[in-house]
Amino acid sequence: MKIVLQNLTKIFPSRNKKSNEEVIAVNNFNFEIPDGKLIGLLGPSGCGKSTTLYMISGLQKPSSGKIFFGNDDVTELSTENRGIGLVFQNYALYPHLTVKQNILFPLQNLKGKDKLDKDTMLKRAYEAAKLVQIEQLLDRKPSELSGGQQQRVAIARALVKMPRVLLLDEPLSNLDARLRLQTREEIRRIQKETGITTVFVTHDQEEAMSISDMIVVMKTGLVQQIGKPQDVYDDPANLFVAKFLGTPPINVFNGRVKNGTLYIGSDAVMNIQPVPDQEVIIGIRPEGFVLSENGALKCKPVNVEVMGRDVSIVSTHDASANPFVRSIINADNKVDVTTDFVRYDIKPHKIFIFNKETEERIYFEVK
Amino acid sequence: MSQNTMQVMHARDMQKTSGRQKISKALSLAGVYLFLLIMAAIVLFPFYWMIISSLKSLAEYRLSPPTFWPTQVLISNYADAFTTASLGVLFKNTMIVGVVSTLLSLVITIFTAFAFARLEFKGKELLFAALLATMMIPGELFTITNFATVTNLGWRNTYTVLIVPFLVSVFYIYLLRQNFLQIPNELYLAAKVDGTSDMKYLWKVMVPLALPTLISITILKMMGAWNSYIWPRLVANDEAHRLITNGLRNAFTDTTGDVNYPVQMAAVALVSAPLFLVFVFLRKYIMSGVSRSGIKG
Repeated sequence: MKIVLQNLTKIFPSRNKKSNEEVIAVNNFNFEIPDGKLIGLLGPSGCGKSTTLYMISGLQKPSSGKIFFGNDDVTELSTENRGIGLVFQNYALYPHLTVKQNILFPLQNLKGKDKLDKDTMLKRAYEAAKLVQIEQLLDRKPSELSGGQQQRVAIARALVKMPRVLLLDEPLSNLDARLRLQTREEIRRIQKETGITTVFVTHDQEEAMSISDMIVVMKTGLVQQIGKPQDVYDDPANLFVAKFLGTPPINVFNGRVKNGTLYIGSDAVMNIQPVPDQEVIIGIRPEGFVLSENGALKCKPVNVEVMGRDVSIVSTHDASANPFVRSIINADNKVDVTTDFVRYDIKPHKIFIFNKETEERIYFEVK
Repeated sequence: MSQNTMQVMHARDMQKTSGRQKISKALSLAGVYLFLLIMAAIVLFPFYWMIISSLKSLAEYRLSPPTFWPTQVLISNYADAFTTASLGVLFKNTMIVGVVSTLLSLVITIFTAFAFARLEFKGKELLFAALLATMMIPGELFTITNFATVTNLGWRNTYTVLIVPFLVSVFYIYLLRQNFLQIPNELYLAAKVDGTSDMKYLWKVMVPLALPTLISITILKMMGAWNSYIWPRLVANDEAHRLITNGLRNAFTDTTGDVNYPVQMAAVALVSAPLFLVFVFLRKYIMSGVSRSGIKG
């Protein structure tokens, strides 16, 4: 089932009665989510990603705009009639019911022609439990389960109605690091197996990039960029997206373009065209540095962090917007931190320049 | 001194102090138990006195100094108590009032608490503050106005007058509302996704989760009905609607104005028994109810 979001906007009235400031949580969101894909809504807290999810679920009504599931306009439809499954950040299992009763709960509330008989309900519950591999836990109470197991129960409960759309709100943020890796694989597997169009919300870019078919990067209610994770990483539309994706984060410099040459401080790093002379912001991915004796970028080394396969060189540069410049290079390179300078060449596809005012990407070609 | 002997001496030191600690610990424990024993004796003595008095003859009861164990055990006092006081009727009246008022009160409390905890309506905060403010008024003040009201309504000497005025308890509403508020909002949203109405959510999720509080309320309310004295005496002291406490007060005075205390004591013992059993078996809930009211009331 494809999901279409059309000019979706959510405005919250101001909480404070004195000021009339409204909060635009989601601003004119347009997106067509293809059928059967896993979509990650990504952004810092307060960017409107959860509000978007809640609007798709029907728990919040959009201020304007429309939502379609397939060709059906579901904008006015109530939550229970949309055929969605929703998994909450804190799982929201009913603490007084056993795992089995929790999974059965959505089925017991079906009305009219959707009503199921007892055997069908049990069969469906078992199937859902089997899908998330919790068959042996059915008679336990949620309080007797680990976080990861509770998560699975929550997913089973969301899937048991055979929803058209599965929504996950920060599904991994309450799990410890190891379980998080495991569970995200699990979510990927379940999504592939069921083929249900899935939207999940996260503030963790690594999580979003690792399992999504497509990611949507949001900031203060506005969509910044939509695309395949690798494409968005390789080709960020603006400084925010460039900074938000990638660990360690991108290195940011203040620079300028003069007569077709890109300067970082006084270092002329490369010749580019066709960019008119102007002040710019420059972003270089940590893996975009190449050690070179005659390299154009001169940084003062501070420290070398060994990471096994790679080493990370921490250095300083006068034009850097951050305290340190961090590069990741192959561990075969020997680096001497006692020297005055390390010199780098920059890989052209790992350097991005942005307009100083709008922070939008400026595209260029290397001459 | 070698390191070895140092260690041995150190160990001996340790033993000495731990021995001293043991003794002082045992002493303080003994002190605690002694105190508890004395307190238990003080608390239990009236019960003991009630039981032995209920087994004495009237003549022995009046002996001075009193006997601490009846010379002649009169079990028949209990049978007498049952017939003279028509305990059956009193029990029946009290049960009717207790059960009906508890059930109605629970329903009202659940719905009101739900409204204040979950629903959004204009003036909610103000209304709740006004409700809480009524808790500041001492109950005795209500007695006078309530008496006037029920008299005007012609409710004197009915079950209604014993039940209706106490159906709404602001305190229980407050207690349950706080309990409801602790249920995370996501559970409500999850239930919405799972297709429940507000009503269904209340009965299938909130009420089961608040069950300990509801049990506390039930017990306290039942005990209240069982123990109520002043109000029933004022408004419903006729034969047909008399409750147990007033029944016990009146029934054992004979025509000469004498009171047959041993039989009255037997009746009191009979009446206390259910409360005693409730307390023994549901102690946990009563305590949690009281401690909760202690913290939040």
